[in-house]
Amino acid sequence: MATTTETLAIVSGDDVVRVRQKVRVRATEAGLSLVDQTKLITAASELARNTLDYGKGGHADIMTVNDTARRGVRIVFRDQGPGIPDVALALTDGFTSGNGLGHGLGGARRLVDDFDIQTAVGQGTTVTIARWRK
Amino acid sequence: MDSIPILKIGSALLVTIQVDMHDQLATQLQEDLTTRIVEHHARGVLIDISALEIVDSFIGRMLANIASVSRLLDADTVVVGMRPEVAITLVELGLGLPGVKTALNAERGLALIGGVARDEAAAGDGDDD
Amino acid sequence: MAKSAAQGALARLITDGEAEILADWLRTFATGETRISEQEAKAQGKDLLHALGKAVADGNVADIGSPDYDEVRDLLTGFSRSRALQGFSPSETATFVFSLKQPLFERIRSTADVKTAADQLWAMSSLLDQLGMFTVEAFQKTRDELIMRQREEIEELSTPVVKLWEGIVALPLIGTLDSGRTQVVMQNLLETIVQTGAEIAILDITGVPTVDTLVAQHLLKTVSAARLMGADCIISGIRPQIAQTIVQLGVQLNVVSKATLADALALALKRTGRTVEKVNKSGRSDGALAAEMRG
Repeated sequence: MATTTETLAIVSGDDVVRVRQKVRVRATEAGLSLVDQTKLITAASELARNTLDYGKGGHADIMTVNDTARRGVRIVFRDQGPGIPDVALALTDGFTSGNGLGHGLGGARRLVDDFDIQTAVGQGTTVTIARWRK
Repeated sequence: MDSIPILKIGSALLVTIQVDMHDQLATQLQEDLTTRIVEHHARGVLIDISALEIVDSFIGRMLANIASVSRLLDADTVVVGMRPEVAITLVELGLGLPGVKTALNAERGLALIGGVARDEAAAGDGDDD
Repeated sequence: MAKSAAQGALARLITDGEAEILADWLRTFATGETRISEQEAKAQGKDLLHALGKAVADGNVADIGSPDYDEVRDLLTGFSRSRALQGFSPSETATFVFSLKQPLFERIRSTADVKTAADQLWAMSSLLDQLGMFTVEAFQKTRDELIMRQREEIEELSTPVVKLWEGIVALPLIGTLDSGRTQVVMQNLLETIVQTGAEIAILDITGVPTVDTLVAQHLLKTVSAARLMGADCIISGIRPQIAQTIVQLGVQLNVVSKATLADALALALKRTGRTVEKVNKSGRSDGALAAEMRG
């Protein structure tokens, strides 16, 4: 089966809730275990909030991946915000430029199987995460 | 605007979170609780999160903040009913919520708050209300 | 889809000569080393040949994934599955399909002219290759599932959670704790806490061979998760060498720990408001006896 993608705009706090709900539906469909679902949704919540707060809004592309090798959910968070000057620092626990506990990026990375971040100052940030069915 | 109801049981306040909270609602709850603790001279705050399917760092921070604020106002906060998958995820996220007391369910949580209140009362000079 | 005349001829060749091909096939197959009974081979061969005849007549020989080949694929899957579960090797399994080549080729040679025979041989050869590959893949898949299931069973087996007393559960950990196992252990423990309403969980690590930084971290994660749900953990069974390693590694195990499971249980009982008393032969506790003697 090909991947099906759904794109959600993230411009308000309600959108963060919506991203969580959509990810839950996809994760259930993909057959992720309850713990895996919870981890993926929590990571998505962190990243959607990052997109809203630091990226000044953006989009989330949620897709179900179902090929011969694996089954799961992949999400891409895109924003045109200021970008992250020091990615390594931003991934360190305890680092925060906004108002979280500083677990946003680093924490989200620990909750997923795949994590990729593309960012440059002035050019926005794109974070891709995925969690696969075990 | 929506808000989360706060019930008063004896000297404790009870909050049951039943919705997928957006951030504003969480912030609102934190403010409401602070006001009510002072208003009712509450000795304890019980937050039942058994209906919550996820707790991310924002909600985690809210719980930690409520605990810190209520401690300053001389009330104990007990978070009850966290689901196993939520606990596993929070730990992986790096949020052990060290300053927050926990209990398996509301009944145990109330006993914990009551127990602390009784101990303190017993320690006082015969002030056994 | 238009079926070529060659394909029709091929189908007729299989269907008309079914009995003879089957006999030749089983003979070819029997010359190789095999553990399959003649009867079983005959039954399976017959079904497969019959299904193949129909599939070749209706479907495209170049595409065994098409619905026309459903029955053939089902038969091959079932057959690879049972072979895999019986412990056959992949080549033993595939040989069954490949040994159909010789009888079929011979039949083509004896019935067709040179040009037709070349085309038919090519079509039949590639068809059997596809079926052979499919068999090996189905075999492999069954083996993978088997390994996965055994792994899960071992993980389940090695992490029982036992109820020691009302409100007290113990988790005797045996073997190395990697992140995969920690996940299972944690989940088992937390679910048991919910089911039994336990207030105290004892993690006994007597059976854990080594504790490095990673294992210590895994233990601490389990302790934190249990605490978030409202249950306290006690770690027991830390052997002397392990205690030294933990200190040398500079790991902070900020958890109550006891030398033995018995000590941990005693502490857990005390915390839940119980005491253990020794009872003398008359069935009264020493404390009661002492009180009686005093009285």
